[in-house]
Amino acid sequence: MDRKIRVLVAKPGLDGHDRGAKVVARGLRDAGMEVIYLGLRLTPEQIAESAMQEDVDVVGLSCLSGAHMALFPKIVKLLQEKGGKDILVIGGGIIPEKDIPKLEEAGLARIFGPGTPLEEIAKFIETTFAEEGE
Amino acid sequence: MAERKKTEEMTERKKEFSTGVDGISVNRVYIPADLEGIKEGEIGLPGEYPFTRHIMPTGYRGRLWTMRQYAGFGTVEETNERFKYLYKQGQTGFSVAFHLPTQEGYDSDHPLAAGEVGKCGVAIDSLQDMERLWEGIPLAEVSTSMTINATAPIILAMYIAAAEKQGADKSKLNGTVQNDILKEYIARNTYIFGPAASMRLVTDICSYCAQNMPQWNSISISGYHMREAGATAAQEAAFTLANGMAYVQAMIDRGMEVDSFAPRFSFFFAAYTNLLEEVAKFRALRRIWAKIMKERFGATNPRSMMLRYHVQTDGFTLTAQQPLNNIVRVTLQALAAVFGGCQSLHTNSFDEALALPSEEAVQVALRTQQVIADESGVADTVDPLGGSYYIEWLTNQIENRAMAYIEEIDKMGGALKAIEKGYIQREIANSSYNYQRAVDSGEQVVVGVNKFVTEKEHVPETLEIGVETERKQVERLRRLKEERDNKKVIQVLDRVCSVAKSDENIMPVMIDAVKAYATVGEISDALREAFGEYREPSIL
Repeated sequence: MDRKIRVLVAKPGLDGHDRGAKVVARGLRDAGMEVIYLGLRLTPEQIAESAMQEDVDVVGLSCLSGAHMALFPKIVKLLQEKGGKDILVIGGGIIPEKDIPKLEEAGLARIFGPGTPLEEIAKFIETTFAEEGE
Repeated sequence: MAERKKTEEMTERKKEFSTGVDGISVNRVYIPADLEGIKEGEIGLPGEYPFTRHIMPTGYRGRLWTMRQYAGFGTVEETNERFKYLYKQGQTGFSVAFHLPTQEGYDSDHPLAAGEVGKCGVAIDSLQDMERLWEGIPLAEVSTSMTINATAPIILAMYIAAAEKQGADKSKLNGTVQNDILKEYIARNTYIFGPAASMRLVTDICSYCAQNMPQWNSISISGYHMREAGATAAQEAAFTLANGMAYVQAMIDRGMEVDSFAPRFSFFFAAYTNLLEEVAKFRALRRIWAKIMKERFGATNPRSMMLRYHVQTDGFTLTAQQPLNNIVRVTLQALAAVFGGCQSLHTNSFDEALALPSEEAVQVALRTQQVIADESGVADTVDPLGGSYYIEWLTNQIENRAMAYIEEIDKMGGALKAIEKGYIQREIANSSYNYQRAVDSGEQVVVGVNKFVTEKEHVPETLEIGVETERKQVERLRRLKEERDNKKVIQVLDRVCSVAKSDENIMPVMIDAVKAYATVGEISDALREAFGEYREPSIL
């Protein structure tokens, strides 16, 4: 990629636990990416819309309330409909083990649970785009 | 013979020791000279000003802390069952978790509620749900804490109405509404309206309770969520008390006399795993608050000066990796709360970094408190760690650090201004980022996460809330809206809006509104019409 990787970090739904989302946003920025932190209490539509408008490469979603199954796949679907099928969607929060394969099947590239080092997330994104560039 | 090294040259495990990331530097040993900065009478006796050692002279010898487990999920029937179960297990007080739509003023059928119904707590849309929640539990005889903030006037009104239906008198009700909106702008994020309108609703509740519900805690000023968001122990202490001071001032500005409401102010803090720092924090908190209430606000009733508080062990420290280790963390944190002198305690379940807690995990959590209470002996004497050179020195350090923050916030014009400037949010965001960096680098050890990692993980059974809950709740809401007197609802909602625009206390009209079975979403919309909505500035 000849420009900085652009990342949108957002919290869908009504969950207000934003410590993780904020730390990840700042970590990715420090890793050299351009990060837009969209904030919280957002509908899937608002997030997909902003991702398209901001022309981002990555959407990072965070949810700790247990609503991830209702929200994450919907955002992937909306992105695909809006022509953003190449956008890498990753997620994190309190996500039970058994939901992870379902989310991956729905198009989430990776779920990063509690305790994930920031570097691991940054590396995952960088590697994905480095491979695409080859 | 090997030459004996001088003690100061002896090597130690680390160059520097501290209570944590951005914490307080810790010396090798503490001696009487370290207590020289502490003024005469600052330590004192339990039950005596400034209450450093405990608010009661008898501590837990008189009465143990209340074991109060925060619970609520799914529909009211499911939560009602869990409450009855906890009651049978020996729990002595209730603590209700409401699902996020109730907390943020949406009905279960609102588009933003999709996927959230019954997840983080119980779904309450109307008085009908509140009545069912307490079926078979006499509200006149129990004490109930409700974690509710932006919609606190609505939920408190529902609780009063449900109790009255059971035949209970509101003046006899025991319990707490969190009603602490300032920390919502800093950390927990369940605000609806802007700060000015919110402060008015907070103080409406406080003055209503002062006049009508003498045994009810009208506010629970909370540091817990700021700590969860990344604050250090000293920041948690400082920012909570700064918020507390803002509420006291707002009540005084309404013309209330300080001793008429301050005895019903209560607090809520976190307990982390650094046991001794937490004990010192609780002791410092009691001392600072007593001094502030007496010296700054001129309180004369000792009850206005007593910092009474609930503690919850810290959720953030729970790891998804090797979840059984969390039982040990919770035990240390609960011990800190008990050594610190809390009035009530919630212990977290070991599976909470994975999902909502299962019944088995909830039981272990409660048993942890019971073992501490009945087997450890730590509750048999008041403030058993008081007088330790380290504890007294550390108590003083936390007080000094917290006071430095409070003075900084004073200079900005108080907590509300400091929040509007983003100062408190930024301080916490920095601490939280530094912490994550320290964990990533290995400087801060988290057992099972960045040290002593195992390949094979034990994955416990967890609780799942199905989509069925949402369908049931939405259907129930639809039926309610069909069956109630909708003309009456429209009229009362109009009145809610006009009272909100006036300076009349909101509580009486709230009680009328919930009794007409107006819903949380409808009443919140009436308030939104009067106050507008708040949108947060993003502070990383």
